[in-house]
Amino acid sequence: MSTRTATRSGWVSIFKCQRSRLYSTLSPNARLNTPTDFEATSLLHHNSRAALASTELSSDARNGTATRLNLFQAINSALSHALRTDPRVLLFGEDVAFGGVFRCSMNLASEFGDDRVFNTPLTEQGIVGFAIGAAFEGMRPVAEVQFADYVYPAFDQLVNEAAKARFRAGVNAKGQSCGGLVVRMPCGGVGHGALYHSQSPESLFTHIPGLRVVMPRGPAQAKGLLLAAIASNDPVVFMEPKILYRAAVEYVPAEAYEIPLSKAEIVKPGKDITIISYGTPLYTCANAIEKAEADFGCQIELIDLRTIYPWDRPTIIESVKRTGKAIVVHESMTNSGVGAEVAATIQETCFLNLEAPVARVCGWSTHMGLIYERFNIPDVTRIYDAIKTTLDY
Amino acid sequence: MSLLKSTSPVALRSPQCSFRSVTKRWNSVSQRPGSDRVRFPGAIDSKFTSNLDFTRPSNKKAMPTYRILDQDGVIVDKSREPSDISNDHLIKMYKDMLSVSIMDLIMFDAQRQGRISFYMVSAGEEGIAVGSTSALDPSDPIFAQYRETGIFKYRGFTPADFMNQLYANKHDPGLGRNMPVHYGSTKYHVHTISSPLATQIPQASGAAYAVKMQNAMNPKDTQRCVACYFGEGAASEGDFHAALNIAATRKCPVIFICRNNGYAISTPTLEQYRGDGIASRGVGYGIDTIRVDGNDILAVREVTKEARRMCLEGGGKPILIEAMSYRVSHHSTSDDSFAYRAKVEVEDWKRRDNPITRLRKWMEGKGIWDEEKEKEARSVLKKEILAAFKQAEKEKRPALRNMMEGVYEELTEEQKEQMEKLRSIIEKYPDEYDVSEYEGGLDSLKN
Repeated sequence: MSTRTATRSGWVSIFKCQRSRLYSTLSPNARLNTPTDFEATSLLHHNSRAALASTELSSDARNGTATRLNLFQAINSALSHALRTDPRVLLFGEDVAFGGVFRCSMNLASEFGDDRVFNTPLTEQGIVGFAIGAAFEGMRPVAEVQFADYVYPAFDQLVNEAAKARFRAGVNAKGQSCGGLVVRMPCGGVGHGALYHSQSPESLFTHIPGLRVVMPRGPAQAKGLLLAAIASNDPVVFMEPKILYRAAVEYVPAEAYEIPLSKAEIVKPGKDITIISYGTPLYTCANAIEKAEADFGCQIELIDLRTIYPWDRPTIIESVKRTGKAIVVHESMTNSGVGAEVAATIQETCFLNLEAPVARVCGWSTHMGLIYERFNIPDVTRIYDAIKTTLDY
Repeated sequence: MSLLKSTSPVALRSPQCSFRSVTKRWNSVSQRPGSDRVRFPGAIDSKFTSNLDFTRPSNKKAMPTYRILDQDGVIVDKSREPSDISNDHLIKMYKDMLSVSIMDLIMFDAQRQGRISFYMVSAGEEGIAVGSTSALDPSDPIFAQYRETGIFKYRGFTPADFMNQLYANKHDPGLGRNMPVHYGSTKYHVHTISSPLATQIPQASGAAYAVKMQNAMNPKDTQRCVACYFGEGAASEGDFHAALNIAATRKCPVIFICRNNGYAISTPTLEQYRGDGIASRGVGYGIDTIRVDGNDILAVREVTKEARRMCLEGGGKPILIEAMSYRVSHHSTSDDSFAYRAKVEVEDWKRRDNPITRLRKWMEGKGIWDEEKEKEARSVLKKEILAAFKQAEKEKRPALRNMMEGVYEELTEEQKEQMEKLRSIIEKYPDEYDVSEYEGGLDSLKN
């Protein structure tokens, strides 16, 4: 393990004098499947001015400064702000006290004390059940599930309890719902996570009324969305693409701000095709769009859902009505994935505007086998090809 | 949980990832020469032995069952006669149990007549709910399973409060969303009951942790604890394990109260577990534990009172109480228990011992209760319940929009659209739907 490290291009070996035998290497001749250049991507803020320009920022944040953070540091910054400003906020899970296996809770236990930032026994159903109970009694717990792959033992607590608490309490909802409950979990492919360190189970949660499902694409978004999730009076499943923890670095406003939930962001305007995605694949989409626009002379609109459920249907519908063509991209399996819901909604609402079938570029109908990841997760080539096919239809 | 996660490359690569920042509990992990004790971090004070001797549960005596009153309502140990309950309070406790049992008979029949969809009685277990609640502070949050109607009765539910929920009418606090018997009340600090078994147990641990922090922030206020009820069947769920372990490690002031009534629907305890009931498990989690005669309301009350004192000591810790009883009734109105147990066994329990007659005998012995008072109490309680029953049955259903509202703090754009779609369908096919029984009719679906 010590022979490997992360670079901007993903997980590659730095072990010298040996032919790399990594699980998923890039083809040396690739023109399309080139690595994401996080230093240059238009999806991140590369200077303070850009970071402070967003109209979604609070005026304090806009008039403040910005510092360069990666994703785990931005999460840490949001958690730190929440703990500092609201004594009801608690942070717990497996191994969070020493900083977390991904460093998201670094230094928080020493700053805020063991009462508010602490380790739990190793039990996901216990962690989420405990969090729900704390929320019932007025705290705003942020629980961590170490990997999204291990959320399933807590599924009952999330689906039958957290999601239904407000509804079943009726007029007692004020004292008996899960306001402030956030369940954070690292998700998505990481190059070598195989079956149980790669999953993106978001569509399992989007089928549950009562939960909000959020996935940020970068540090600035992560901070604003996480603070909004903690402030929300609905339970939030907050999924953090772990491959971006260190890879995605950008200028993040130093002051606190919230990015509204259930609001998509048009990342790049265009008139020929709408591409809808969230999380890590947005970078792949941006890369594919750049190449397709150069090759085919088209203009493609890229939309980041940000909140996957309840999702911002009007923004997507309006866009597809303009472009007449749509592609949905996500890492998790095609069948019954988020893309199925988005495509069906587009078909129902934009039928007369559609000029091509809605394409889905997603994980195949299989598990994430260790050495097959690069062939499973949507890459630039597959998105480029979907653009070409959709344009030519 | 994975085997791999601790070897996550991200974690390993980080320079901060070391054990230095973890609080140390031992000076050294290595063995001192000649030590007679284990120095492994997982069991800090275990002596070495050269006897190869498995610890066998069968060699241990069953944990004893604490009682104050015997089956004839006589105090077993005269020095333990409760001195902290006034006669009026005793009579309230007795009437609360009686009221629950009278309501149970009426509502069981009402279900049989198809007037409500479902019901579950508390027969034989009224003493556990009423006795334990009487030892709690009224502000202590409670999490219940579903066979603890006495909690609500003791805390102040009126016959109308019960009937409105059972009939799911417009006064039902659950707005007609839950099955009957799924009561809840913010006013009385009882969290709304949900059907999935044992989910409330880790929630109670979390709630107790919140309460512990609030106690610490407001040391002059009444120091609160949390009570959590569940059956012996529910204790087989993973959530039970998670809850007791997390409550012990985080020192949560929570009283776990297990109603061990011998059956989980048709499953007898021999098929539920092979240890010494539920109580023996508490010890394994490092939790102070006691077993009590659940048919002895005085014992349940005293044990809970002491548990409450102990669980608030030194900042907080959990306590486990296993209250032994017998489920005299069917599991629910959907169950005929004579399919799996002999009628004679049930009749025997009903006749021989139950919490209501046991307390009544003691009260009669003290001279504060008699046949005449019994007759009058039964007649008054029955009248009150029947009056509430008739009124609740007449009331309208809650407004239709309550089927969509309350999922989130605010209706979503998608929900508003769907509510409109439902409204237009009902308008288009008015003969297919009867909305007249719902408060506000079709208009309530307008955005």
